[in-house]
Amino acid sequence: MQCQECGVRPATLHFTKIVNGEKTEFHICESCAREKGELIPGTAGGFSIHSLLSGLLDLEGAGKGKAAAATNAQGLHCEKCGMTYSQFSKLGRFGCSSCYKYFDNALDPLFRRVHGSTSHVGKLPKRAGAQIVFKRQIDELKQELQQSIVEEEFETAAQLRDQIRKLEKEMAQ
Amino acid sequence: MSSLRFTEQALSTWMRCGGSHSEIVISSRMRIARNLEHLPFPLLASAEQAEEALSQLAPVFESSPAPGLGTFELVKLDELDELDKKVLVEKHLISPNLANDSRGGAVILNEDESVSIMINEEDHLRIQCLFPGLQVKEAWERASAIDDIFEDAVNYAFDDRRGYLTSCPTNVGTGLRASVMVHLPALVMTQQINRILTAVNQVGLTVRGIYGEGSEAVGNIFQISNQITLGQTESEIIENLHGVVTQIIEHERNARERLLAESPLRITDRIKRSYGILSFAAVMELKESAQRLSDLRLGVDLGILENPSISVLNELNVKTQPGFLQKMFGDEMTSTERDMYRAKLLRETLGSQH
Repeated sequence: MQCQECGVRPATLHFTKIVNGEKTEFHICESCAREKGELIPGTAGGFSIHSLLSGLLDLEGAGKGKAAAATNAQGLHCEKCGMTYSQFSKLGRFGCSSCYKYFDNALDPLFRRVHGSTSHVGKLPKRAGAQIVFKRQIDELKQELQQSIVEEEFETAAQLRDQIRKLEKEMAQ
Repeated sequence: MSSLRFTEQALSTWMRCGGSHSEIVISSRMRIARNLEHLPFPLLASAEQAEEALSQLAPVFESSPAPGLGTFELVKLDELDELDKKVLVEKHLISPNLANDSRGGAVILNEDESVSIMINEEDHLRIQCLFPGLQVKEAWERASAIDDIFEDAVNYAFDDRRGYLTSCPTNVGTGLRASVMVHLPALVMTQQINRILTAVNQVGLTVRGIYGEGSEAVGNIFQISNQITLGQTESEIIENLHGVVTQIIEHERNARERLLAESPLRITDRIKRSYGILSFAAVMELKESAQRLSDLRLGVDLGILENPSISVLNELNVKTQPGFLQKMFGDEMTSTERDMYRAKLLRETLGSQH
């Protein structure tokens, strides 16, 4: 069997992933693995987390619905650093912080698979974080406002609106 | 070149005091990954951009040192020879990735080597704090305090939904990898280890060898760390790890007691045999020495051996690594020579304890 990457050398590393019963196989040669930096120093052969990840990211060969999503995702690219989604799915690593923005549509399923969750709930940086705390509060109040309008509780709605305005003013300072 | 003080001693000063549960837990480590806004991640950074990241991050600790941590020293990786890099990896002060693949990589170390701040690793900034024994919370508090000092001075790549942005999607969110190094010989001997490691995987934790991702567990030493970094708070991650490790300690302790109660002769023989072999052998491979040192460590805890001390064993674990051996006995060595010098080192260290 030939290496999937170079198509020249025989494939010596074989890797099978099974996700929700769908089986995908990878066959590459050692030198391509090393070139891609996926061979772990000190071990005779094996795959790093990055290659496992790129297996997760690589949506090719998946079911029909996923294939459509994959085509969409493959077209994405980061306007800041130039990384394309297909490069990202090969490397398993982002090129810059803006990649998160440009690949956003494709990231929720990935994060759900890796972390079981899509948003951060931990520590916030103090400076940038202060703004975020305001933003989170305002978002919450806005939701309550919508709710109270739906329920025709206009007095509560007016109170909430004033609170939001006050917070927005504070945030602007 | 060989004047780098961080590679002279095998055992970092921070390792010299035990910490809690030190008969089973060797050390606790906290790693926080952060990146600078506006600069591409090290993977794509040009030489100038890597230099810029370094020049933004390196001075932070010069101007505002963290209280109680002593003085800090910046070491640039491209100014080190291969052997020094290897020793730093063997001491867990830098990652293999920083040693081998980084461009413009550097590390800031404090005096007792309990804090190691890596620059231009996979992420611009990786803050690592090491504590002896089981001290995950303490390690987190220190790492977080250092994080605050950096955050005061530079702008982090942060997104209000995704949290701290990292190069690898497995670190996004908290950027936190909390890990505990544990010695579990009795669980291995009684063949309970696989069952326990499987259970550990099911609660969002992962088990690796002592040199991180992809490395093999040698000498019954395992590294248990969190897998998930997004959607959990730092304290949830730490409490989860602490809770699971506490249970593993309990299992290991029970297994040790049972071994001693049910087959005292077999276990005593195994430990003393290892002591004998380490004290007299002429050739010693790394794998065997790690296994036999593990027996000695168990022997000391069970009261079967009085010597050597745990601290000597910790030191030997590092000294028997290939890089450190070469550092001690001369630069270039074939693997046979290494095995010979390893045996010599062990004979001399343990022989004197008789």
